[in-house]
Amino acid sequence: MNDPWHTLRRFTQARIAQGSSGCGLPTAALLDFQLAHAAARDAVHQPWDVDHFLAGVKNLGLEALCMSTAVTNRAEYLQRPDKGRCLDEASHQRLDSFNSDPIDVALIMSNGLSSAAMDNHGLALLQAITVVYQCSSLRLGPICLVPDGRVALADEIGALLNARLSVIIVGERPGLSAADSLGTYLTYAPRVGNTDAERNCISNIRPPDGLSYQAAAIKLAYLSHQALQRGYSGVALKDDMPNHLLD
Amino acid sequence: MNYFATVHSKGFNFRDLRTLMAKASPLRAADVLAGLAADSEVERAVAQRLLAEVPLRQFLEAPLIPPEIDEVSKLILDQHDTLAFTPIAGLTVGEFRDWLLADTSDLSTLSAGLTPEMVAAVCKIMRNQDLIAVARRCRVVTRFRNTIGLPGRLSTRLQPNHPTDDPRGIAASILDGLLYGSGDAVIGINPATDNLDNVHTLLNLLDGIISHHKIPTQSCVLTHVTTSMELMRRGAPVDLVFQSIAGTEAANRSFGVDLSMLREAKAMVESLGRGGQGNNLMYFETGQGSALSANAHHGVDAQTCEARAYAVAREFSPLLVNTVVGFIGPEYLYDGKQIIRAGLEDHFCGKLLGLPMGCDICYTNHAEADQNDMDNLLTLLGVAGCNFIMGIPGADDVMLAYQSTSFHDALYLRQVLGLRPAPEFEAWLENMGIFDGQNTLANGRITTPLLNNFKGLPGALS
Repeated sequence: MNDPWHTLRRFTQARIAQGSSGCGLPTAALLDFQLAHAAARDAVHQPWDVDHFLAGVKNLGLEALCMSTAVTNRAEYLQRPDKGRCLDEASHQRLDSFNSDPIDVALIMSNGLSSAAMDNHGLALLQAITVVYQCSSLRLGPICLVPDGRVALADEIGALLNARLSVIIVGERPGLSAADSLGTYLTYAPRVGNTDAERNCISNIRPPDGLSYQAAAIKLAYLSHQALQRGYSGVALKDDMPNHLLD
Repeated sequence: MNYFATVHSKGFNFRDLRTLMAKASPLRAADVLAGLAADSEVERAVAQRLLAEVPLRQFLEAPLIPPEIDEVSKLILDQHDTLAFTPIAGLTVGEFRDWLLADTSDLSTLSAGLTPEMVAAVCKIMRNQDLIAVARRCRVVTRFRNTIGLPGRLSTRLQPNHPTDDPRGIAASILDGLLYGSGDAVIGINPATDNLDNVHTLLNLLDGIISHHKIPTQSCVLTHVTTSMELMRRGAPVDLVFQSIAGTEAANRSFGVDLSMLREAKAMVESLGRGGQGNNLMYFETGQGSALSANAHHGVDAQTCEARAYAVAREFSPLLVNTVVGFIGPEYLYDGKQIIRAGLEDHFCGKLLGLPMGCDICYTNHAEADQNDMDNLLTLLGVAGCNFIMGIPGADDVMLAYQSTSFHDALYLRQVLGLRPAPEFEAWLENMGIFDGQNTLANGRITTPLLNNFKGLPGALS
């Protein structure tokens, strides 16, 4: 039932050249869609085994802290974005009294809307990022692992750690063609109340179909340097990195 | 001013107009999250009754957000045309609903006399069928390289996104869309990255395809307005300037924009003179919940904030305004019922305010919605006279990870309602052998010259 140009599917995951039954989808294509939607729905609710992930971070030789947001369960996470944007009381106090050497970057990791994204790609991305930051002599704080977080959680954590930059790696909402995509957000001078216009985003980190770990890490290092040099991040900080640096 | 009523021997008190507006809003997650929603169904119904008694004039005399602290409020008052307001100047909100339903005249002269708050207020006491019946009478026609919004027409934005912006992957989706008759509103890419080189490459790709195949449509890469401006300085072929906008100054700042920046961008793209058919060259996207998400709603409900975004949009005579209705997630619109209602509200409010409204009929995978809900809203908006919808391969956006409407969905709507593409684009589809002259796909379309000689995919099909 496919269209004759279905060979173009080698260039994209998009549902092209599906053919048609009248104006509608052919039955096989319709049922494929239904199955993909069901899988994406299930993926949203999958919990994150943060202890297992913590062991992986320690295996990389990195210091890590496990903390909690104000969210108490997954249903609440979906309905109360405000609670996913702040630490719970105990975590806040713990970080407030945490004595670290001065740092440049506070790095936060959260499953967000896709635990599978963190499980499939989190450690490999973390490793790539620590390598590029080490190469450029940027000092990284303890890796903060916080289940059920939203992007703006990085503002509070970055401020508590007195970091010059906050970077949060978060599971993006599952789609039909990929349920395991990571996004990374960078904010200069993090403090509670930062707006989205102050953030730079790198999305769709999910090799082999999305961005590679290496490309994401190089881009993050570029944006980090630009932000520190210029003293701002967000829409005013244009990504003018030549594409050949990724080759 | 205080609003008070006793119903079933119970007293209900609303401390000001914006509280009354919020409590009168049909239930949605955003207002619950903001702590603005009615506490009970009865409280909502009472608020609607009291709101119906409010004179329209009151929205001019007591702005919900003071113009001193918000440039959108100031813009709304500056835009207001007293002469156009005259026919309804003596009406209450409830009387205005009756007037809209009873009137049969062209509503386009009224829009300059309306403020977003008046339109939002009447919307709250209208049923879905009222929103459809009135919106259907508001035709808003815009032009760049073709004519969008004519009666009996439905246009589509071809949305060929790709997770790494791979030009061949994007071109493959564009070709697929064109072969299904999609793309007359715009061929518009959401880039995965705002990298300047990358966006420039995509603009060149779109320009090459459109000019080589002489497609009567326009292109857009949906990047921040300042990125488009920088690329125009570098000589990039920008047809339409895109920007997400919201209904308060503070929410717009959270998007990194203000009115003066938008004015500057519009002047820049105007000076390129790339249109031909007309001079509508801005593309805006909006959606209920954006002001709340930015913590910038001033205690005003999500639907009213959304209508205020249309005051920003109409200042710039856009080609396209797209309410991306279910994109924001279930914290703001929880399920199919709330998404459908919001889509109809936005289309109604935008059209009444004189905007070329389209709708990204969509949902995310954490919302309680599915493709059946999209079918419902699609059909309702088709009846309501929506200017354009999205066309995405299989309704599945592989970069933004949400579902919208497909090329097939547009064909369905055209078939059941007899809606045709923009006239210039329809003629091109027939010339290319893609449509058969009867508003349907041609049997022999695999012989179209497009297929073996597509500009964005040299040699890929041979």
